[in-house]
Amino acid sequence: MFPAPVRRLALLLACALVLPTAAHAAEVVVYSARVEPLIKPLFDAYTKETGVDVRFATDKEGPLLARLQAEGENTQADVLLTVDAGNLWQAAEAGVLRPVDSAVLRANVPAQLRDPGDRWFGLAIRARALVYSPERVKPDELVSYEDLASPKWKGRLCLRTSKKVYNQSLVAMMIARLGEAKAEEIVKGWVANLATEPLASDNQVIEAIDAGKCDVGVVNTYYFGRLLEEKPGLKVRLAWPDKVGPGVHVNISGAGVTRHAKHPAEAQQLLEWLSSPKAQGLFASLNLEFPVNPAVPADPKVTAWGPYKADPANVADAGRLQKQAVMLMDRAGYR
Amino acid sequence: MAGAVTASAGRRRPAAIPPSAGRLLRTAALALGAAVAVPLAVLFSVWAAPQTEVWEHLAATVLPGLVRNTLVLLAGVGAGTLLLGGGLAWLTARCDFPGRRWLDVGLMLPLALPAYVLAFVVQGTLDAAGPLQSALRAHFGPAAPGFEVRGTGWVVAILTLAFYPYVYLLARQAFLALGRGTLEAARLLGLGPWGTFFRVALPAARPAIVAGLSLALMETLADFGAVSVLGYDTFTTAIYKAWFGLFNLPAAAQLASLLLLFVALALFGERRLRGRARFHETARGAPPPRLRLTGARGWAAAAAAFAVVAAGFVVPTAQLVHWAWATASAELDARYLSLLWRTLLLGGSAALVTVAGALVVSLARRQFADAPTRAAVGLAALGYALPGSVLAVGVMMCFAAVDNGLNALWQMAGGQRLGPVLGGSIAALLLAYLVRFLAVAAGPTGSALERLRPSTVEAARSLGARGADLLRRVYFPLLRPGLLTAALLVLIEVMKEMPATLLLRPFGWDTLAVRVFEFTSEGDWRRAALPAVTLVLAGLPPVAWLARRTTAHADGD
Amino acid sequence: MPDTLLKLDDIACRYDALLAVDGVSLALRRGEIGCLLGPSGCGKTTVLRVVAGFEPLARGAVRLEGREIATPAGGLPPDQRGVGMVFQDYALFPHLRAVENVAFGLREGSRRDRRRTAAALLDLVGLGGMAERYPHELSGGQQQRVALARALAPRPRLVLFDEPFSNLDVDLRERLGLDVRRLLKAQGIAAVFVTHDQHEAFLLGDRIGVMREGRLLQWDSAFALYHQPADRFVADFVGQGRLVPGLLRAPDTVETPLGLIRGNVAYHWAPGSRVDLLLRPDDVVPDPAGPVEGEVVARAFKGAETLYTLRLADGTEVLCEVPSRLDHPVGASLRVRADVDHLIAFPH
Repeated sequence: MFPAPVRRLALLLACALVLPTAAHAAEVVVYSARVEPLIKPLFDAYTKETGVDVRFATDKEGPLLARLQAEGENTQADVLLTVDAGNLWQAAEAGVLRPVDSAVLRANVPAQLRDPGDRWFGLAIRARALVYSPERVKPDELVSYEDLASPKWKGRLCLRTSKKVYNQSLVAMMIARLGEAKAEEIVKGWVANLATEPLASDNQVIEAIDAGKCDVGVVNTYYFGRLLEEKPGLKVRLAWPDKVGPGVHVNISGAGVTRHAKHPAEAQQLLEWLSSPKAQGLFASLNLEFPVNPAVPADPKVTAWGPYKADPANVADAGRLQKQAVMLMDRAGYR
Repeated sequence: MAGAVTASAGRRRPAAIPPSAGRLLRTAALALGAAVAVPLAVLFSVWAAPQTEVWEHLAATVLPGLVRNTLVLLAGVGAGTLLLGGGLAWLTARCDFPGRRWLDVGLMLPLALPAYVLAFVVQGTLDAAGPLQSALRAHFGPAAPGFEVRGTGWVVAILTLAFYPYVYLLARQAFLALGRGTLEAARLLGLGPWGTFFRVALPAARPAIVAGLSLALMETLADFGAVSVLGYDTFTTAIYKAWFGLFNLPAAAQLASLLLLFVALALFGERRLRGRARFHETARGAPPPRLRLTGARGWAAAAAAFAVVAAGFVVPTAQLVHWAWATASAELDARYLSLLWRTLLLGGSAALVTVAGALVVSLARRQFADAPTRAAVGLAALGYALPGSVLAVGVMMCFAAVDNGLNALWQMAGGQRLGPVLGGSIAALLLAYLVRFLAVAAGPTGSALERLRPSTVEAARSLGARGADLLRRVYFPLLRPGLLTAALLVLIEVMKEMPATLLLRPFGWDTLAVRVFEFTSEGDWRRAALPAVTLVLAGLPPVAWLARRTTAHADGD
Repeated sequence: MPDTLLKLDDIACRYDALLAVDGVSLALRRGEIGCLLGPSGCGKTTVLRVVAGFEPLARGAVRLEGREIATPAGGLPPDQRGVGMVFQDYALFPHLRAVENVAFGLREGSRRDRRRTAAALLDLVGLGGMAERYPHELSGGQQQRVALARALAPRPRLVLFDEPFSNLDVDLRERLGLDVRRLLKAQGIAAVFVTHDQHEAFLLGDRIGVMREGRLLQWDSAFALYHQPADRFVADFVGQGRLVPGLLRAPDTVETPLGLIRGNVAYHWAPGSRVDLLLRPDDVVPDPAGPVEGEVVARAFKGAETLYTLRLADGTEVLCEVPSRLDHPVGASLRVRADVDHLIAFPH
């Protein structure tokens, strides 16, 4: 049907299109659910220091996990970097991560922020704090997440949608601590107190308080920090819900080495470097998070919010109970 | 006698093609059908293990509400796009009013603005925290009346603004193609302008309008970005909840396959309803004169069209530019050139591949009526109705399976591990775009092919033209307007496409849409404005070209 | 016959379950012009498309210069048959100028040579000044000529015409038809025309075939078709005339309401058998001394002649052509006699 030159050209093109990219001598391949602006500076620094190339692909957690599973032994990925312990726990459950026996990582990452089976390690802490309107709420009224279910907050609460993993983890940790029945009661209380239907993002929660639509909300600290940088006149303050109960719900950004990693040694090296003091500062401050390494001080913008008491439970529970939490929120009518 | 009459006059036979070319064509069409069918089959295969627990949970809690929401949304966006797209198409194609030429192009521009971008811009501008309401509060105090940009009305309005151009584009071409004779006959038979519109023009344009409407509704069904920005839960929400919340990809795939079934039934039903009637008419002679709207009516038409252009494009783009301005000095660097280049390169290659695929499918549909070909052709349209991530995962799983098979074979033969062959290659990404956007390209390609008279092809063959020569000298030049329309549409769609690009792009192949994702996934809408506005501006030339070209074609015909 | 160009052998064509063409055989010699005549839907266009290679055969064979080009098993693709075709809708390429349309089928020589050949052909069909026009800038007759020039350009041995003049007005039709015939004859190119207009068929064809319901009833010269029709349908379809009942008195003599009619053809049916005799308008002539009288029931003025329909005393109707200067109003009586050379009778 086509003349020979066209056929030859097509064949050539086809080869060029599917030929795998040539392998580098020293490299690590990362699948990352943490977006590029938050990881590229780190990887650039790592390459500069060690000469090891870091190639990465960003996407959402779900597709990345599905990709790792589908690719199986033939995956190029050495490291899976993702946000939220729930996602890491699921990856470990799905069998795409391998245990890493590293004294460095064990020393740098506190026990409750890594997998008991050493398949993943937290690299930065995100705290889920309360935000409030200083005009309508006194800071000492804010004591705990559970308290937000009490009738005094009726029509004053703003929450982000239950579809976001942060809230799923928060509820999962409550289930771990209080049991399912009690947790459901609390979530129902939240829903009853909502000033408006759940919002699409943490930023919208903060903005809704600023706009006077509600008085109090639950957000990750870095959203607050970033929004404050952008709009210094924001009439919203941050408070730690650690007056009563176990303390502030913390979650992690973390990573693990993939089961079928082609460069496991380099991958482990990268993780160790990321948990080391020199990387931790950068890692956490890129996103206004807290370092996991206790030896590293947080960014001054972050420490300005004051010290807080963190929930000491292992974040792996968030993954284990995530499904239960989602179903619980559906039942409670938390959209 | 009667038999012979039916035989020669009743059925318009396609141009005869040589058997070898026919076999090739049919094989290609079946292969394309398979390319779409395999990822879908992967999705459907999950029914082997029904996820009862998830199903029971969803059915008992959120599913009824989601289904209701989805139907309401479909009805709203359907009615909205029909009204805006169909009505405005009639105004610009058959009427004349002040500023018509400008508005004609302008009405196409919202095509360049992805629905999720429109959603976040509208929300960022008009919601409680936006500049408008902030100003109101600053002026009138906290008691100033406020409103929230969410809920059914807003979602329908925003998706209508985002998707009406599909109906507009296709309906407008159909209205422009109306022959003078038909319209004049209608007037002579006693129909006024409105009667002519409803009883003649609208039925004649029905296939085009339905094609546009089904694109708009499939986009609505598949949309996740815009609805999640606006906090509106649809059936797609359930799919993502099952996947990301319950970590149950099989359950998500089962939900998605139900969605597909629904779309397939709807498409099939429409085709049955349309029956065997042929609507196409070849316009002969001069185009019918436009209805001149003068005075207040003319200005009202201009105002209506302008309001749509403003709401769907001018205001959101201005807001985007305003936001982008704030971050441009820090963010805009040489990387944007490569982002732009890759976006255009991927879009352009995908347009070529997809239009070629659509041409094969349309030719096969014209040539063969056997069940496998019909099935392949029908399947090829379904990729567009799936939520992007779900389709992307289906395609990715197929590539991974092929790669794993290849590796196993290679290693059995004593070779070293090959690693991924298809996965992470540009070929894989292009194939995913093909699967997703074949439906978009098939519309204009198919109608262009319908306009090609069989005798023209036969004349060329009797003059000795065949094979590539025939394609190059007859098919291609005559189909060019339709193919170009298809290619531009695919180009614009691919530029906006996000989930498949994210999952299947080769390392380092970031595009503008990926860049938008990098910010929006962290809720950082304003920083996403710079890549978004670049995306919109990059999409403008093809959209404007599309608008101008289709008008010039119709006027000069 | 050594100079046979085209030969159809018992061909049949099927659309779904219907036989559109059933058992058609014919032969055309080099340079000869054939015409297929018949009512719409009779299968004549299908025969043409079989020869061109656009329809598959269900039975039979098509030979061109002795070579089998189509059988039920397949055949030579249309692009390799070297057969030109002029379509009913002309099928000009709308994206090409007139001269480019004509040059489309030319393969040999440089681009410039081909253009020159095409321009010469356009001159030949009288469109020298229109070379640079696009099809939509040409009138129907001009488009027709371009289509003709395009079909002739590759110097085919045979050109097929599918109702080529049906979209033109009557005046143009005749002029163009004669032009085309002259051109074909001058170049020695054979042709097959398909038409439903017998006038056109008589004008163009050396041989004419009458088709009905997929069958070829007769393939003959115009003279034979008119004067020796093979059956009642052909007799009725070709030319004008009325069938008049009669009794065969002798092999060459029939007794009719107009009296005994004797011709130069012998029918060997039993004497006294009932027959229908075809009387053409020129077989009935006005004669004040004629044996019968007819009443004028209708008249059609045709310029030089007027065609009268006469009703005889027993109710039989005949046609009669009379020079138009003799005017007989409807209702008048007219004496006539029969004046027949070719006796055309069919058993009753």
